[in-house]
Amino acid sequence: MTEYVVLSSILFTIGAVGVLVRRNAIVVFMCVELMLNASNLALVAFAKQHGNLEGQVAAFFVMVVAAAEVVVGLAIIMTIFRSRRSASVDDASLLKF
Amino acid sequence: MDFIKPTIEYAELSPLFIIFGAAILGVVVEAFVARPRRHVVQVSLAAAGVVGAFVATVLVGLNLDEVGDGAGRGLVGAEGSVVVDGPAVYLWGLILVFALAGVALFAERKLDAGLPVFAGQAAAMPGSEGEREAANAGLAHTEVYPLVLFAVGGMMLFPASGDLLTMFVALEVLSLPLYLLCGLARRRRLLSQEAALKYFLLGAFSSGFFLYGVALVYGYAGSMGFEAIHTAVLNGSDNRSLLLLGIGMLSVGLLFKVGAAPFQAWTPDVYQGAPTAVTAFMSAATKIAAFGAILRLYYVAFGADRWDWQPMMWAVAILTMLVGAVVACVQGDVKRMLAYSSVAHTGFLLTGVLGVQAASELADGQVTSLQAVLFYLTTYGFAIVGAFAIVTMVRDANGEAPSFARWTGLGRRSPVVAGVFAYFLLSMAGIPLTSGFIGKWAVFTVAMSAGAWPVVLVAIASSIIAIYFYIRYIRLMFFTEPEPDQVLATVATPSPLTSVTVAFCAVATLVLGVVPGPVLDLAAQVGDFIR
Repeated sequence: MTEYVVLSSILFTIGAVGVLVRRNAIVVFMCVELMLNASNLALVAFAKQHGNLEGQVAAFFVMVVAAAEVVVGLAIIMTIFRSRRSASVDDASLLKF
Repeated sequence: MDFIKPTIEYAELSPLFIIFGAAILGVVVEAFVARPRRHVVQVSLAAAGVVGAFVATVLVGLNLDEVGDGAGRGLVGAEGSVVVDGPAVYLWGLILVFALAGVALFAERKLDAGLPVFAGQAAAMPGSEGEREAANAGLAHTEVYPLVLFAVGGMMLFPASGDLLTMFVALEVLSLPLYLLCGLARRRRLLSQEAALKYFLLGAFSSGFFLYGVALVYGYAGSMGFEAIHTAVLNGSDNRSLLLLGIGMLSVGLLFKVGAAPFQAWTPDVYQGAPTAVTAFMSAATKIAAFGAILRLYYVAFGADRWDWQPMMWAVAILTMLVGAVVACVQGDVKRMLAYSSVAHTGFLLTGVLGVQAASELADGQVTSLQAVLFYLTTYGFAIVGAFAIVTMVRDANGEAPSFARWTGLGRRSPVVAGVFAYFLLSMAGIPLTSGFIGKWAVFTVAMSAGAWPVVLVAIASSIIAIYFYIRYIRLMFFTEPEPDQVLATVATPSPLTSVTVAFCAVATLVLGVVPGPVLDLAAQVGDFIR
């Protein structure tokens, strides 16, 4: 039981660190998806531990939400890439004071 | 296996159904109505949906039944996932008022020579032939109206959710349309797209934290429902680290949405880059929805664990107020200044969250912190929507002119508009005879009676810092001579959509400041959250 939670926390950390250190917006976004999937693993593991279905149902909802997020996110990254010819998050720096 | 049909309280949940129904109808309209008629149809549909949902909200609010000991009214609906109680209904009404203002600002076409505020074709590259063709053909993205309705639906569901899963889904339903709306500006499209990218990446990152917090709290309590979590916290368990980590991660997600420090970095960029009509809408409505969710989560689910999360809230409130007020002093762009001022307001609202929660611990005539925060959200919403609506009207040859230099001496050229803008600024600063003063008074007193005097001291200090930059801006508008060769902005004549919105916000700010009684009473009557 604990192993799954530990694995999920490792995956979550890899995702979170990836968001912070990677430059390409697509890779950053993949790391966010990794965080969501780590949460799914934790939800399912806890559902097994508590013996109820709520966590597993939640995992399905999270998958749908993640799919919707992909649609919106890729649309935004696409428009940025088309107008700048680059998907690097460091290049998006017009807004600052 | 038996399948048990869930019971849905259609009457009480009708405002949500109306909004989501109108949004889905809007998608159908987009597919089947001819392009020349689409704008009118979409605007009427969105306005009708919002007004209809508002009427339904009022009816629901008048017919809520008392629960338990009479402290709260309402019911737990949809098998425990949506809670329709006094505070939720109040927040629904508030969100719908600002949604109507948002729809009005979205539909404004007169300011930019008949062109809408949104890009003609978002897929065309900025500065390309395709963009020019789209503009010449008079194309307009009417999808923004269904999008804003979906966002409003998510915002209404967010503070009314009865379990963590509903809260997460509502968080995404309100965020995803806003990410898109931010990237659709007609002018300064690179800035707008960049704002959308930043908002999206940081928003998705923070909702990842929120979701892992959901999983941890579920692991602690064995259930997603707020009542079950409350019971589990009361009974205690040996897995307290799960609970504490979970609370911390949920806080990251929620504090990001309200723009509290240290998660405020997106606020100025997104407020500046997004179309100003979108900024006006989301600065008010998102904050209302997210504070509703914060109040419900911390009071209902984690209320018994108050001593663990309050120190964190103290620190966040103090940091947020100081960062917002101090950094606003060095801005050169009015949209960024208003964004940092909204960060400072988040801090003031968090001060209110720290206040006394039980009506029984208070003297007669005092408000609980729930009521103080609800009232503050009302006053703040009117002031910020009005201020951003005026920003859309002040223009030069390149469209809106948000840089400070362009506004120099505006009070001489357009005394009425500049005067109303100054009035909104004074309300945000909390000068007496404006609604902001009463709101600040309410949140500071509740925090004081809960013994949070260090936070209140910092709050008063940052209010004074904030007065500095508001007054400096008023001086710039009224008492500064422009240089002879300076390029200045003028006030464009808007259609009634914008001017009525501004007038309504100004009147509401004045009335709430002079006779706050009725609205304070209304906030007092909403009662407590129910479980």
